[in-house]
Amino acid sequence: MRANPAWGFVAPALAAIGVFFCVPIAASLALSLTDFDLYAVADLGSLRFVGLRNYARIFADPTFWTALGNTAYFVALGAPLSVAASLGAALLLQSRLVRWKALFRTLYFLPVVTTLVAVAVVWRFLYHPRVGLLNRVLGVFGVPPLDWLGDPALAMPAIIVMSVWKNFGFNMVIFVAGLQAIPERLYEAARLDGAGPWQQFRHVTLPMLLPTTTFVLLMTLIGSFQLFAEPYVMTQGGPGDATRSLVLLLYEQGFRWWSLGQAAALAFVLFALLLALTLAARAAGLLQGGLAGERRP
Amino acid sequence: MRRRLAAAALYALLLGGAVLTLAPLLWMLSVSLMPAGEATALPPRLLPSAPTLESYRALFTRLPLARAMLNSALLATAATLISLAFNALAGYAFAKLRFAGRDRLFRLLLAALVVPGQVGMLPLFLMLKQMGLVNTYLGVLIPGLASVFGIFLIRQYCLSIPQSVLDAARVDGAGELRIWWSIVLPLCRPILVTLAVFTFMGTWNDFLWPLIVLSDEDLHTLPVALASLLGEHAQDVELMMAGSVLTVLPVVALFALFQRQYIQGIVAGSVRG
Repeated sequence: MRANPAWGFVAPALAAIGVFFCVPIAASLALSLTDFDLYAVADLGSLRFVGLRNYARIFADPTFWTALGNTAYFVALGAPLSVAASLGAALLLQSRLVRWKALFRTLYFLPVVTTLVAVAVVWRFLYHPRVGLLNRVLGVFGVPPLDWLGDPALAMPAIIVMSVWKNFGFNMVIFVAGLQAIPERLYEAARLDGAGPWQQFRHVTLPMLLPTTTFVLLMTLIGSFQLFAEPYVMTQGGPGDATRSLVLLLYEQGFRWWSLGQAAALAFVLFALLLALTLAARAAGLLQGGLAGERRP
Repeated sequence: MRRRLAAAALYALLLGGAVLTLAPLLWMLSVSLMPAGEATALPPRLLPSAPTLESYRALFTRLPLARAMLNSALLATAATLISLAFNALAGYAFAKLRFAGRDRLFRLLLAALVVPGQVGMLPLFLMLKQMGLVNTYLGVLIPGLASVFGIFLIRQYCLSIPQSVLDAARVDGAGELRIWWSIVLPLCRPILVTLAVFTFMGTWNDFLWPLIVLSDEDLHTLPVALASLLGEHAQDVELMMAGSVLTVLPVVALFALFQRQYIQGIVAGSVRG
């Protein structure tokens, strides 16, 4: 019997994903149950099994709760703002009264393709208290200069604004596609029934767009949980701990202090949070079927 | 009259949005052309008094940015070619070839998307360290050899290839690999371009993994080099802005060229609802 040639086609990709994605995930679980640290990096013999002690240490660590709170703040405020900006932009672009739609769409999309680290560097200076562009523009309106990234109360909102700027174009194009998929006859029927523009929006556009919106919102929430490069470049987690996110904490634990066991446990806490979020959305019926494009052929 | 007013309001909003979107990028460009110190001098200027390429010259001569640019270009190109090959092979097989457990396996792959990349990062680093791949180009490339998103994108596209075309080739005695190379790949050209643009930009813009794997400055990619430059030159605003322009410009140019394919890729990757 000859081997099925199909296996030759899938083997390279499956091997790569298996060895470099699945195995590390399983290994990470094992790692999170050990005291893997700088000494173990040098000599594996010093490695010890510590059970759930890493998890206990995380939950007893005030820095973890601060990072979790910061991340939740970023997610809870940033994701809805970003989705609202995307929807607003898509609605503007969809209007029949507007020309040069393609041009505006391209301009709005530009921040999405830019390199996060580079634009974080730019925004760091944009927020500069003395010479930054933002304070100068606000100064025109009589607002006194603010130390955006140096004030614990302002640093996270500043990062949220930057990240909305960077990301809204992405969901915007998904919304545009969603809007275009709404059949014109629904609007015609609504007009025949005497619905004005607002009523058409409220009773046709919004309900038809609901599945797209929930999908986009969930994906944005999940993406926001992984906040890292913005605080890394713009604030290093400061001032104080005001912008230290979970992934930044994970990076520091793992690759600055080399407490890999501790960091692996943190990674699983993050995973558990995201999984809970996905499952909750699915249970609430917000995400029929699950992932993008699980649609049957 | 009301229609005119509505149109004017819409344009005002759209233009306002465009100004907000572009201002940071234009400011970056403007400051990058200022002579050293002008961006932090008072009163602040919006435009350079006398545009100069001084900062760019410094990045290329005194600082290792040319090397970082080369690293980024090399890595992004290699990642694109490798992942195209791996994903196109697998994506086609998941769409058109029959093998035991095919659909279950595919659903398993999609389910794996739930796991965030950071979970496996630490053991992967240790694995690569054991294999001697930390601080090498290959170490950067390894997590991106194949991607579930890429396989998914190719599979969806391949579903529309008529079975009769493939069967006819088989009757003519063509081997499976031959069919893939000379029939499937040409038919898949549009989606391959989309995936190539995605992978190239994704690798170019990636930060966390290269930051972890590459400690040797000679191997740094642009984002990593830029972040480490910030450590020593945070005060040299013009220099940092020039570095940002150099990092952003290639991907923006690429986007300008392949805009349609790129946006189609996003929409295809999220067709639900």
